[in-house]
Amino acid sequence: MDKKKDGAKWKKTLRLFLTFMKIGLFTFGGGYAMIPLIERETVERKQWITGDEILEIVAIAESTPGPIAINAATFVGWRTAGAAGAAAATAGVVLPSFLIITAVSFLLARFRSNRAVSYAFAGIRAGVLALIVKALWSMFKKCPKGLFCYLIMAFAFAAAAFLPVNVIWIILLCAAFGVARALFLKRRDGRDPS
Amino acid sequence: MILLELFLTFFKIGAFTFGGGYAMLPMIEAEANARGWLSTEELIDFIAVSESTPGPYAVNIATFIGIRTGGVAGAAVATLGVVLPSFLIILLTAGLYSRFRQSKTVAGAMGGLKPAVVGLIAAALLTLLKAVFLQDGFSTALFTDPSFYVSLLIFAAGVLLSFRKVPPVAVILISAAAGIVSGFLFS
Repeated sequence: MDKKKDGAKWKKTLRLFLTFMKIGLFTFGGGYAMIPLIERETVERKQWITGDEILEIVAIAESTPGPIAINAATFVGWRTAGAAGAAAATAGVVLPSFLIITAVSFLLARFRSNRAVSYAFAGIRAGVLALIVKALWSMFKKCPKGLFCYLIMAFAFAAAAFLPVNVIWIILLCAAFGVARALFLKRRDGRDPS
Repeated sequence: MILLELFLTFFKIGAFTFGGGYAMLPMIEAEANARGWLSTEELIDFIAVSESTPGPYAVNIATFIGIRTGGVAGAAVATLGVVLPSFLIILLTAGLYSRFRQSKTVAGAMGGLKPAVVGLIAAALLTLLKAVFLQDGFSTALFTDPSFYVSLLIFAAGVLLSFRKVPPVAVILISAAAGIVSGFLFS
């Protein structure tokens, strides 16, 4: 009996590993690009989790540090097969990138001095900046609007661009500003602090 | 020792990145530059590689910097370092998610973090713009250098294309082609 149960659990862990390896292999751009694929694989096909749980994952991923892909893999793995499942899913989603980048970095080292390659990268550098401009704009649009947000943005930008301080301190300080504002608003609105 | 340093640095990066993807850029730029692991130009090249290969950006860049500084073992510890904080935090919060979601403190902190990330990325973008367009500082020689105008043109075209929802890989390929053509043309 127990052995059979154990066998089923290992099978599930292995399937988690393979499924997330597939997700890692076919997601370009990372982050939110991964969510539809995770939904198709784990909700529609395997029915490991529900559609509501996908939304939950996005919400959690947004309010905890780290890459969303890792957050999602760990969460689904944990829900489906406990800690072993979480480890298997996370290892699965990481492995393809790891192997591909290892191969690419050897190729890059080899062909970097090639003239065509170096010209290509001169063009690519300018193109990549355009991608970052677009990403920045998307993130700006997703941000809540208002004076507080604009002040935080300006503060974070100025501190990072012109002051010799570690980014971590800026992040912590801005989080503290956010907490202080939430507490202030709660007091002003006279609601009971819970 | 380099392995330990790689692990700790990427652990820190993993623990303090909110929002994923480009949100990681400012910290990577600061840490890798301070430690001499990667020049700003190499970082930009690598963003291109990461956009054209599958997988999460964080894992890609950790693997890449890890290999460059500590071989395959370096890649393994850097990747483990960047992944571990998320992994542990999700395991810890998954059980008490409903409490976590209703927490006013968490919501308040996120209200400060989201705009902070936008400001930080803008600052990182400024550094990258300087590295690409003003490599040798600002001087009038810039205006007689054809490669400056080519870069400017590719950048402008890239912005237009991205805002028209052209996929990043396509923007990178077009930029590469433009770079090769103009490189052979002007040399």
